[in-house]
This record gives sequence, structure tokens and C-alpha cells, in this order.
Amino acid sequence: MRVGLVCPYSLDIPGGVQNHVKDLAEALIGLGHEVSVLAPAEDESALPPYVVAAGRAVPVPYNGSVARLSFGPVVAARARRWLRDGGFDVVHVHEPDSPSLSLLALWYVDCPVVATFHSSNLRSRALSATAAILRPSLEKITARIAVSEYARDTLVNHVGGEPVVIPNGLYVDRFATATPRPEWRGSDGTLAFVGRLDEPRKGFGLAVEALEALAAERPGIRLLVVGGGQLRVPVPARLEDNVTFLGRVDDAKKAQTLRSADVYVAPNTGGESFGIVLVEAMAAGATVVASDIPAFRKVLGEGRFGVLFRNRNVADLTSRVAAVLDDPDRSAAVRAEARTAVRRYDWSAVAGRILAVYETVVGATPAVEEHHPKSGEAP
Amino acid sequence: MWLWVLIGFLVLLAVAGWLSWTANRLDRMHHRIDVARASLATQLLRRSGAVVELATSGVLDPARSLLLVDSAHQARAAQPEDLEATESDLSRALRAVFHDPEEARALRNEDGVGELVRELAVDCRKVELARRFHNDVVVSARVLRSRRRVRWLGLAGRAAELRTVDLDDEPPAALVED
Repeated sequence: MRVGLVCPYSLDIPGGVQNHVKDLAEALIGLGHEVSVLAPAEDESALPPYVVAAGRAVPVPYNGSVARLSFGPVVAARARRWLRDGGFDVVHVHEPDSPSLSLLALWYVDCPVVATFHSSNLRSRALSATAAILRPSLEKITARIAVSEYARDTLVNHVGGEPVVIPNGLYVDRFATATPRPEWRGSDGTLAFVGRLDEPRKGFGLAVEALEALAAERPGIRLLVVGGGQLRVPVPARLEDNVTFLGRVDDAKKAQTLRSADVYVAPNTGGESFGIVLVEAMAAGATVVASDIPAFRKVLGEGRFGVLFRNRNVADLTSRVAAVLDDPDRSAAVRAEARTAVRRYDWSAVAGRILAVYETVVGATPAVEEHHPKSGEAP
Repeated sequence: MWLWVLIGFLVLLAVAGWLSWTANRLDRMHHRIDVARASLATQLLRRSGAVVELATSGVLDPARSLLLVDSAHQARAAQPEDLEATESDLSRALRAVFHDPEEARALRNEDGVGELVRELAVDCRKVELARRFHNDVVVSARVLRSRRRVRWLGLAGRAAELRTVDLDDEPPAALVED
């Protein structure tokens, strides 16, 4: 099958959507399909061979942060050419509701389209002007994929339709076989946290409070912190030896961090739609202790693949982590369950499910020859 | 003796006159600040209005239209304390959307659209002017208010703290070039 993937964000900047597109492309190529990825980029030479550069990405304030997006006449022309020359059986766009390359591609596309909605943030949907702009493009989508039940609910409420849920994929073995770093381990247990430090909803403050309580009886405990951003509240000086900031790291180093940890703490207070890091931590063999927000309860199988604590409750978080550290045997059972559970998130499984969507869509849509471009607005 | 009383009286009168003149100047400045602020608010609303009109006209591709509608909406719906941030975001979004000089030139001369684009360019420039004029008055009023006679005698009355408006209002170069 000839598959065209459209990534709205620059591939050279790490991010959930970008990683997903790259991994999916590689998984599909591995299965013997022809794949081309259209992504914002200026320099074609530094890209993997299956990527086509769509043009310069400009930093644009959108949705409360600055995104590097690509649009404009040059980009539009390249998107058009990519679609024409590609002769795709199916085009798969990501985040088609952001002002980006995906939306541009949707404008020109005239073959079956699959769209994946990653974020559950649909803030500006309510605006009628926005809806009027989006509608003609979104109408071209044949199948919608949501990355989690939570994202699906938001999508159904705001856009309607029948999205299928296919979780984000990961290469389980990359995490399961990463080499732990002994120098990162604490003598009284090692915890890991991944997330931006300046976003309160990621709950770094809660993790530090719990660490403080745990360090009272376990002076050698260590918290490994992965993530960028400025700290809102500095870590207390007495915990200096217990916290190691690793900053923003690449995937390999993240896998090593998770492999080095006994417990992965996820004190996120809300706004999560999936929680791929939890799955990564499970794959790496850490016991996950997470807040009981809907997305995490789902990923952790209501507590079978990890330990849930009451959201925002530091005392509960502390005692759950302590229990895992004190009783490795009980948590061993949870970890074993988790290792089996993560297999369904492995690309070998996820790519197959996405491919099934492609096949359904290609079979259900009239052939390209009968399809007249620019007749999208016809009754 | 009477001569001294007379001189003293005249000096007092002169001082009183001078102070009242200062207070008057200050009052006029405060009034000018109010007018300038209102004019800036109007220009900002005009600009975001022109942006929405252009974005919903169907001339631009959906990606850019969506970005513009969203930024304009954020700016219009912003609380006073977020005004500077959201209006600056709108300016940045406009520069990102019109970063191609050739296309912008073509749009300006296109039938039907050209008018909207030219109007937006004028609005962008006026925002820049209105913001500068506002800050000019605020700065001179601040200088006057920092004078000892004004501070000690409380000539400024209960007028609020004077703030300049700091926002990124640089128009897209491709739109305002001549």
C-alpha cells in the first residue's frame, strides 16, 4: 500500500506527535509498505529518506505555547505536489485541527483520508468562525483515530462522529533492554519523574513533597527528573542530594532512566489524554505509581498493572511508594502483569491495527478516478 | 511693613497660581491618557476585526485562517491583564502568516481581497501609532508626577498608577511596505 503521512510539527524537535509519526512510518516500512512523510523542514539532506520537506517552520503562538508550524504559499505548493506525485492509496494526517500542514494537506487531498487526533484540547472548536473554516477540510476525513478513550470522548462531544481508539505505539524492546545506569541509583530506592517542571498539572511539586516525606526514613532515596522548564518552587536545600535533574533527554537516555528506577511516579493532576510515559515505564520494568485520573486508571487497568493513589493526595502517594519499596515481592506481580500488558502498545500490534483502518478506508471509498477534486463542497 | 505684607501676599499668590497651573497640566495629561487609552483600545479592536474578516473570507488557506481567527479571538476575549500578551501573540501570528513578501504584494493588489488586506495593513500601523502616543503621554505625565511639589502636595489626587502599554505591535513587513 502507498501511504502518505503528514506531520504538522518539525521532526528535528522531539515531541509526542513527531515520534509517533516517525515510528509509525518505520513500522509500516518494516511491514513492506511504501511510506512518504510530509513534514515541516528547511533542509532535506538531514532527514530520513522517507521524509519530504514541506518548507520552513515558523514559531507561532498557538494554544498557549509557541509551536513551530509550516504554512504559506510555498508550503501549500509543496503539499500539493507531494500529494500529486505520491499517488497515495491513503493519506494519514495528524492533528488536523491545528493551523498547520495537516490542515493544508486536507485542503488539497482527494484520496481516502485517515486522521489521528492526539490532544484532547479542543478549545477553539466552540467558535463558529473556527468551525466554518475547519468544516470543509474535516469533512474529507473518512476515518478518525483517537489515541485514548479520553481523547475519543472529547472528540465525540465536540466534533461528533465515530472515532476508533488506537493507542500510541512504542517499541517495547527499546525500553525493556535499555542498560540501567548504576550511578543514578539511590541506596534506599530510586524514583523517576518525567514531565515539564513549569506545568503545575504535571505534579512535580507533589512528587517533591512525597520525596521529602520518604527521605525522612530513607536518606539514600533518589528521584531522577527528566523534563525541561523552569522550576516554579525550588527544591528544598536538604533534598539536594536526593534529586538528580537530567533535563530534556533523548529517547535512549529516557529509557535508561526508566530502567534505573524502581518506581515511576506520575502525580499528574489532570489534562492527560493517554500517558505514553506510563507505558514506557512499565516496559522498562519500573513499578508505576500514578494519580487516579481517568486516563491513567485506564492505562493501568484500574490498578492491575500499577498502583493508583488519590489524585493530589501527597500522603496517599507517599504511603503507596513506600509500600512498593518495602515489599518488592508484591510489586513484582504487578510488574509482571504490566510487562504483558504493554505488548498491546508495541508497534508490532499498533501498526497492524492502524493498517486495518487503512484497508477498511481504501475499500470503502470510491476509486480515485471517479473522485473529482474540488467537488468537496458539492451536496 | 505693609510693603512686606504685600510682597509676601503676591509671592503666595504666585506660588498658589503656579501650583494650580501644575495641577491643571496634570489633570489635562490624565485626560489625554484616558483618550489615548480609549483610542488604542479602538484600534486594537479594529485590527482584530479586520483579521477575523480576512480569515473568514476564504482567501487564505484553512491553516492560516484558523490561526488568525484563533489569535484574534484570544485577543478580543482577553481579560485586561492578558491584553498585552494576547495582542502581541496576534502580531506574531500576523507576521508568521504574511511572511512571504511576494504573496502579500499579490494579495494587496487582488480584486476584492486587496481592500481587506490594505485595511488590515492600515489598522496594524494605527495600532503601532496609538500605542506610541499613549506611552508618550504616560511618560510625560510620570515625569510631572515625580516632581517634589506634586508628590508632597498630592496634586495628582487619587489618579491611578500610570502604566505604559508594552506590546509587540510590529506589523508584518510585507504588508506595510510601500
